[in-house]
Amino acid sequence: MTATKTPTERPPAQRVVRRAGDRLFAGSAKGSGIFILVVLAGVAAFLIGEAIPALTAPAEDVPGGEGLSGYIAPLVLGTLLGAVLALLVATPLAVGIALFVTYYAPRRIAAGLGYAIDLLAAIPSVVYGFWGLAVLAPALVPFHVWAADHLGWLPLFAGPASTSGRTMLTVGLVLAVMILPIISAIAREVFSQAPALHREAALALGATRWEMIKMAVLPYGKSGVIAGAMLGLGRALGETMAVAIVLSGGAGATLNLISSSNPSTIASNIALRFPEATGLGINTLIASGLVLFVITLAVNMLARWIVNRRADFSGAN
Amino acid sequence: MAKRIEVSDLNIYYGDFLAVEGVNVSIEPRSITALIGPSGCGKSTFLRSLNRMHEVIPGARVEGKVVMDGQDLYGADTDPVDVRRHIGMVFQRPNPFPTMSIYDNVIAGNRLNGKKMKKAESDDVVERALRGANLWNEVKDRLDRPGSGLSGGQQQRLCIARAIAVGPDVLLMDEPCSALDPISTLAIEDLMTELKDRFTIVIVTHNMQQAARVSESTGFFNLNGVGQPGRLIEFNPTEKIFSNPDQKATEDYISGRFG
Amino acid sequence: MSTSTQSPTRVAEEPGGAIRRNRRLPRYAPLGLYVAGIALGAVLSALTGFSIALTAVYGAVLGTLAVYTGARAVEGRRKATDRLVTALVTTAFAIAMVPLVSLVYTVLDKGLARFDAQFFTNSMFRVVGEGGGAYHAVLGTVVITAVTAVISVPIGLLTAIYLVEYGTGRLKKAITFFVDVMTGIPSIVAGLFAFALFTLLFGNDVRLGLMGSAALAVLMIPVVVRSCEEVLKLVPNELREASYALGVPKWRTIVKVVLPTAVAGLGTGITLAVARVIGETAPLLITVGLVTGTNLNPFDGRMATLPVFAYYQLTQPGTDTQAFLDRAWTAALVLIILVMVLNVVARLISRFFAPKTGR
Repeated sequence: MTATKTPTERPPAQRVVRRAGDRLFAGSAKGSGIFILVVLAGVAAFLIGEAIPALTAPAEDVPGGEGLSGYIAPLVLGTLLGAVLALLVATPLAVGIALFVTYYAPRRIAAGLGYAIDLLAAIPSVVYGFWGLAVLAPALVPFHVWAADHLGWLPLFAGPASTSGRTMLTVGLVLAVMILPIISAIAREVFSQAPALHREAALALGATRWEMIKMAVLPYGKSGVIAGAMLGLGRALGETMAVAIVLSGGAGATLNLISSSNPSTIASNIALRFPEATGLGINTLIASGLVLFVITLAVNMLARWIVNRRADFSGAN
Repeated sequence: MAKRIEVSDLNIYYGDFLAVEGVNVSIEPRSITALIGPSGCGKSTFLRSLNRMHEVIPGARVEGKVVMDGQDLYGADTDPVDVRRHIGMVFQRPNPFPTMSIYDNVIAGNRLNGKKMKKAESDDVVERALRGANLWNEVKDRLDRPGSGLSGGQQQRLCIARAIAVGPDVLLMDEPCSALDPISTLAIEDLMTELKDRFTIVIVTHNMQQAARVSESTGFFNLNGVGQPGRLIEFNPTEKIFSNPDQKATEDYISGRFG
Repeated sequence: MSTSTQSPTRVAEEPGGAIRRNRRLPRYAPLGLYVAGIALGAVLSALTGFSIALTAVYGAVLGTLAVYTGARAVEGRRKATDRLVTALVTTAFAIAMVPLVSLVYTVLDKGLARFDAQFFTNSMFRVVGEGGGAYHAVLGTVVITAVTAVISVPIGLLTAIYLVEYGTGRLKKAITFFVDVMTGIPSIVAGLFAFALFTLLFGNDVRLGLMGSAALAVLMIPVVVRSCEEVLKLVPNELREASYALGVPKWRTIVKVVLPTAVAGLGTGITLAVARVIGETAPLLITVGLVTGTNLNPFDGRMATLPVFAYYQLTQPGTDTQAFLDRAWTAALVLIILVMVLNVVARLISRFFAPKTGR
């Protein structure tokens, strides 16, 4: 055996002869990946470019006459209100559904039940709007009346109760149904991955099924559920058609969930106003879209960060 | 046809990690060379460096020379893809292409390279390769069936047929029998003894009896400890290795006194 | 593992003692108690004028309570909690099924009125009241979705190939992360992007089918990338090695070995991605608009699409309101059918194109 060089002094990288086909193929694959990054940057750039006229325009020229921030602020409030309401309703339900499908439903039908929940995600949002308008809104009118009578002391239920049901409350519930499959899909995945060893250990200690879930499944799945909820929140923030159809909005800032005057949301406001908008109106709407883009981007990046951090840890233990 | 491989001062790295250090060996044509040694000693890595298969792993590189009948396999103008056409490889687990029939699996090396062949010509290649792999009689009536439908031992012989259909000079075998039952193993060993008339064969094996049964020369790889590079401790005729090895470490390993 | 609130000594109450006899509720008792609760709920809701919704609410609460107290009395606290959670979890699932069933029922109920030949053979050209159809919108949706797929599939598939077969280091990480982020872009923002892009290129007031496709592509590409990436990762490395060892270049290995092995999964993923964008409304609303006549050229002017058609029929009914509403619901029904068909096709692809084992 001959003495060898120390591994630290590295020779120049091996020159690899590459054929034209390989170069072409690898290049186009890499190019596609880079193209996606360019598109994403382009989305941001073009939105900013088209929003600038609205950012620099004098306040009285912006629709509404109170400047850009005066125009967008109530929309942001409406967007957050509906999405947070949806999140509060959907998350506990989604966790329950996920537990039911993974640990409670009979094995034979569990997959089918999971598929039924997934179907909820496949239905186009415009159809949800139809349903919310035609079925859910009228069905909730009695609840609106009841809430105004009994919970009126809360600002959220100050009333007067809407007679059509086309309120932020109804919108929140429609959005909850729409994000339910997103959250429950992720929750289902993490719950089913809870280490069998921990689960069996809990059962071997004499735990009931719920104690086993509390000890071995929920701690394991917590961050997954949070990440799923964030993704659902992102979807609810950006949802357009269902809100545009159901909500009778545009009344400025209010926390009242059940009256007939509601703030609109950014996305639905764009959908409703854009087809007739001209000039600075378009720029203003695009500026509001930019705000929505930034909000959802932040929420989604946070969610992905949680998911990825979890993925880093799940392999080892 | 069968060619000699000269390896000199070969170091193999994964990134900054030196996996195999300072290998000097000459592998004879028309013979079977066995590589033995404990797990993680770098014998598979060394084997894969002989047809540049280790380059599939990002960050892997070598220093030193591998020369096959005068041609430097790591020369600046050597195409690694072409190296692999001359030096075939059979893997630990049989891996026929699941989307292809038995026939297509055998002809895959030619067809995947876009070589245009007449039907009669490719029929001929398939039959010769399958006969060469002692598989023809078992599969000649079902050449259009999926290759993954065969038994494990048949699949491995199919993989050998696939490798020799390309017309290589050297066959590398990375523990080709470790996933097979004893009878299939025997069939593969018989096949190797037949094939050595036409090819240079290098086989990595965990099974010392197998090395003793089939090979003319044997190399023993070992490493001093975890994180240390693997080294070729001894390379000698098989008989000598198993009866009177030069090195103490070899003797310890052969007689089971290692680890 | 987190520390449990339940101390182990409590789990095994009598160490060394005999195994206790099980004090259990009879098998169907919990279900019976739950049903009894619902019946009581029905009675309660009848006091204030019977309603199904109130019955369900009262019933779920009372049924759960009944199961809990029943179990508590017979089986003890721990068992009772277990039963309580079972009831809650099952109720959660039932609640989620309500909107699905209600939605499907409503769309069928209202959509079947105009689910006729005329709907699929007539456009809305010069129709102001009854009659007319969505011929133009169905074909428009097909054209725009097809163009979207033509843009998205190559880019998405190649990117997935890059991530699985070639990608290393920073660029791979960046692409993976931003593809994930891109799946969260609101559809309306994708529409605004396409609008801003084409306005810069072609001036104001441009409306093209192609704009809609560009917007949908922004939504579809990340879905294609993610699903194709997952599928390509499933292709065993051994097959790639087998191919390399035969002296096959990497790109031919990918095209002739990896992709054919994964074709079933790729087909399924791409079909589901199409299903995901075919019902998108918002981006089309602001980029493609709507016309009453048939325009199948994505490079020339506004086009009709099914979701936008449905939206406008519902929200801007003309003189004969019922005719417009009927068309809107039928369009919604057709949309759901399209999505469901795509979902079924996706499942069939994965069943029939999976590699055959021959055993």
